[in-house]
Amino acid sequence: MRKFYTLLSREVSSYFYSPIAYIVLFFFLFVSGADFYFQISFMNQRPVQYSVQEAFFNSIFFWFAFVLIFPLITMRSFAEEFKLGTIEPLMTAPVRDWQVVLAKFFGAVIFYVVLWVPTLLYFAIFQYVTHQTAAGSFGAYWGSYLMLLLLGMFYISIGCFASVLTRNQIIAAVISFCAITLHFFSGLITFIVTEISSTMRQVLGYFSALEQMATLSRGEIDTRPIVLYVSLTMVMLGLTYQAFQTRKWKL
Amino acid sequence: MIKVENLTKKFAGQTAIRDLNFEVGQGEIMGFLGPNGAGKTTTMRILASFLPATSGRASIAGFDVFEQSLQARAHLGYMPENVPLYNDMRVSEYLNYRAALKSIPHRRVSERVGDVKELCGLREVENKLIRALSKGFRQRVGLADALLHEPDLLILDEPTIGLDPNQIRQVRELIKNLGRQHTILLSTHILPEVEMTCSRVIIINKGRIEACDTPENLLGRIRTAGGVTLEARVGADDAPTQLKKIAGVRDVSESEDDGWKILSLRVESGTDVRPEVFRLARDRNWEVRELTARRATLEDVFVEITHSDEAS
Ligand SMILES: Nc1ncnc2c1ncn2[C@@H]1O[C@H](COP(=O)(O)OP(=O)(O)O)[C@@H](O)[C@H]1O
Ligand SMILES: [Mg+2]
Repeated sequence: MRKFYTLLSREVSSYFYSPIAYIVLFFFLFVSGADFYFQISFMNQRPVQYSVQEAFFNSIFFWFAFVLIFPLITMRSFAEEFKLGTIEPLMTAPVRDWQVVLAKFFGAVIFYVVLWVPTLLYFAIFQYVTHQTAAGSFGAYWGSYLMLLLLGMFYISIGCFASVLTRNQIIAAVISFCAITLHFFSGLITFIVTEISSTMRQVLGYFSALEQMATLSRGEIDTRPIVLYVSLTMVMLGLTYQAFQTRKWKL
Repeated sequence: MIKVENLTKKFAGQTAIRDLNFEVGQGEIMGFLGPNGAGKTTTMRILASFLPATSGRASIAGFDVFEQSLQARAHLGYMPENVPLYNDMRVSEYLNYRAALKSIPHRRVSERVGDVKELCGLREVENKLIRALSKGFRQRVGLADALLHEPDLLILDEPTIGLDPNQIRQVRELIKNLGRQHTILLSTHILPEVEMTCSRVIIINKGRIEACDTPENLLGRIRTAGGVTLEARVGADDAPTQLKKIAGVRDVSESEDDGWKILSLRVESGTDVRPEVFRLARDRNWEVRELTARRATLEDVFVEITHSDEAS
């Protein structure tokens, strides 16, 4: 456990040593802040049927920025160690492969969570200034942030997998960007293709991240996406572990 | 301490090492000598559980490097070729991190990190970013890391490559001192290095062990060990032919320097032909300005072995 903790803290601190982390942090704060601002000014002009918090998490503008951050967060994780050769001292120390894989994964998850913390402030400030509630219910916060965490873990596991496949960070970023975008926007199929049966639409809806988000951000807790993303994440981490075991031999 | 049996490693389409067999005993400093591409790094990576072997077995302190790799690694301090390090960490921070990875008990971490910093002369750079270190200091950080958990065995891949002569001398001195308490396997393609530091030498070429012995025995074994140089004015005499008549002289080559003939004699090992050469010179009335014996070096051994391999 101490080894895992050591590896994990090295991963987390390595994010804050690198300029990329600050670029992502700044970019993300800017986009989410802008999103929040525009949603509120839009609501100021006419009455709407949804809460600030629902609007914040369901704008396309916001989602676009959202899929971009994962390749940036994860591209370094394995690729850089392969490139610089630091994988050699790392793996010749008495550590297990799965400890390294999990440390890289959770290191990225922690950084991702840190990205989100400031957005809690937006809602706090909104309530403080306007004396109105930002969300329909308290559960709505839980729902949205739970969904963000689940989806984030899945996309981070995709990013880790892409990074373990290559020693080139750019290639890793492109692979994970394509995979994540493909998954994320496949949920939009139901809007584009209209000629499908309602059962088909339901099945697709079950996998659609956007629809899950819409549900959860209303505060309706649905266990299906939880099961779905936790298992998808475990599958991706399993693949990453397998690829890492064969990959590190090939240096 | 190290036991290697029939170790073979194939990379796609190419055999890096073929059927290696050797043992390194407790307390030995074993030199691993070979030209670039001979398979030194590959062998060491297998021993450090970084690469799997294609076939054969290897063990460290009785632990199989593949099946009981965690225990094997716990007994090993390994310094990879070119010493890759995390550039964004500071020296002390890096050593503390490595100490935790190597399961050094909490209360001993600062003592051990302090000890290796002292031993490897890292005090003056302990708060520097690794990115800012010179090659020599990076090498020492790598060595300090390998020593942290007081391993029984050190495997050092080209520990002096890329250093200036002063640093090379310091690192060699350090290795020699370490040899008092540790078993060491070090690779190099620099010959004087093994001659100076090692108790035994493995010569490896094209993935095969060509020789494995003490430096002294290797020198004794070689056919063209040593030589004698004679610088003289020989007048009209055919010096090479006359010198070759002396028992023990195998070959003579000559060159000229400002009217002086420089005659290089290759002689059989264990013979000293200098008195005979002197007698000849006196009888023929040669004017001599130098008569010296050149001791065979491992370089001669190495050239001989790797060369005869090419011929076959
Ligand atoms: N990852 C690899 N893939 C393919 N060939 C390799 C790999 N690593 C080493 N080799 C080959 O194996 C041979 C031995 O290399 P190496 O062990 O690095 O030699 P040395 O350390 O003695 O210079 C070389 O011919 C090299 O090209
Ligand atoms: Mg090498």
